[in-house]
Amino acid sequence: MAEPMRIRATLQGDVADVRILMRHPMETGQRKDAKGEIVPVHFIQNVVVTHNGKTVLDAQWSQAVSRDPFLGIRVKGAKAGDKIAVTWTDNRGDKRTDEATVAAAS
Amino acid sequence: METMRGCVAAAVLVLFSAPLPAQNAADGLAIGRQMLAEDNPGELWVERGKRLFFEKRGPKNASLEACDLGQGPGKVEGAFAQLPRYFADTDKVQDLESRLMTCMVTLQGFKREDIVKNRFGTLDRDSDMEALVSFVGSKSNGMKMAVPLAHPKEREAFKAGEYLFNRRSGPLDFSCATCHGDEGKRVRLQDLPNMTDAKQVQHVVATGWPAYRGTQATVRTMQHRLYDCNWQMRLPDLGYTSEMSIALTSYLNHRGNGGEIHLPGVRR
Repeated sequence: MAEPMRIRATLQGDVADVRILMRHPMETGQRKDAKGEIVPVHFIQNVVVTHNGKTVLDAQWSQAVSRDPFLGIRVKGAKAGDKIAVTWTDNRGDKRTDEATVAAAS
Repeated sequence: METMRGCVAAAVLVLFSAPLPAQNAADGLAIGRQMLAEDNPGELWVERGKRLFFEKRGPKNASLEACDLGQGPGKVEGAFAQLPRYFADTDKVQDLESRLMTCMVTLQGFKREDIVKNRFGTLDRDSDMEALVSFVGSKSNGMKMAVPLAHPKEREAFKAGEYLFNRRSGPLDFSCATCHGDEGKRVRLQDLPNMTDAKQVQHVVATGWPAYRGTQATVRTMQHRLYDCNWQMRLPDLGYTSEMSIALTSYLNHRGNGGEIHLPGVRR
């Protein structure tokens, strides 16, 4: 159901610059829809980024993060061809994992 | 964790930090635009549009692969660069949105009313059209606008568009040119492009719409831009893919010929 993420990972020296765009409504639970009913809270709670299977980021998010979030991180000790995988889990238990390969600096 | 927070904060700032003093704002906005150009959320619409284009959908369970956008059936590369143009099967000049609608009705069996109802997405409901336009638009990236003016109907649409652009009307007595005919005009703090200047019209046409709008959290299309301009001038609602909207798009896009395409864009 969830839309795929867009992950770009490019090498700068031995650091991978990882940029992730996620598609998620990130509802705060405070907004009302056209009928005046409150839109139930729906947000990404947990984001895990792994580098060749090893966790490099384990973040807890709240409703304060914007709709369609953008996340940028820098991973030390990366090489071209390494795998970066991102998994988010939201408060309804929906999950999405996408993977990208670290590209050499252009 | 700290880097992550920084990035999220930066992204939020970029999207909602328009009202700053003009001089510093220009530098700050340039940095922000650079960031957004590299990681434009509109890319998510491109991906979804691509899926919708090739997926078998609608009452006729067909994909859009047989859709002729002017370059032959299923060919999306370079389609945006040459639209609006005349199509013999409908005997009309059509822009990208009206042509996609024709294909969705004839090939996939969708109802025109349903597409029109869902033409602009809301926070509660995504629009398929906004995604499809993003996908097709992005397939002309790097090419130059080259809208034809060979067919009599294309020339007619261009002439009508030119007239409408300059025609003052409505309770505020505005024309498009009232806001877009001079340098240095703005709505509140938003700079408005001068569409009578060749360079600016090329830039707007080739990199303007479809664009991800930060304030609306969705991609908006050229039809939406014209609809909204129309509303801002307090004119009656502009019909979706109406002759008027296509005439204006023909006029602007043809004058944008030569502009290098980079879509989807990013807007406030």
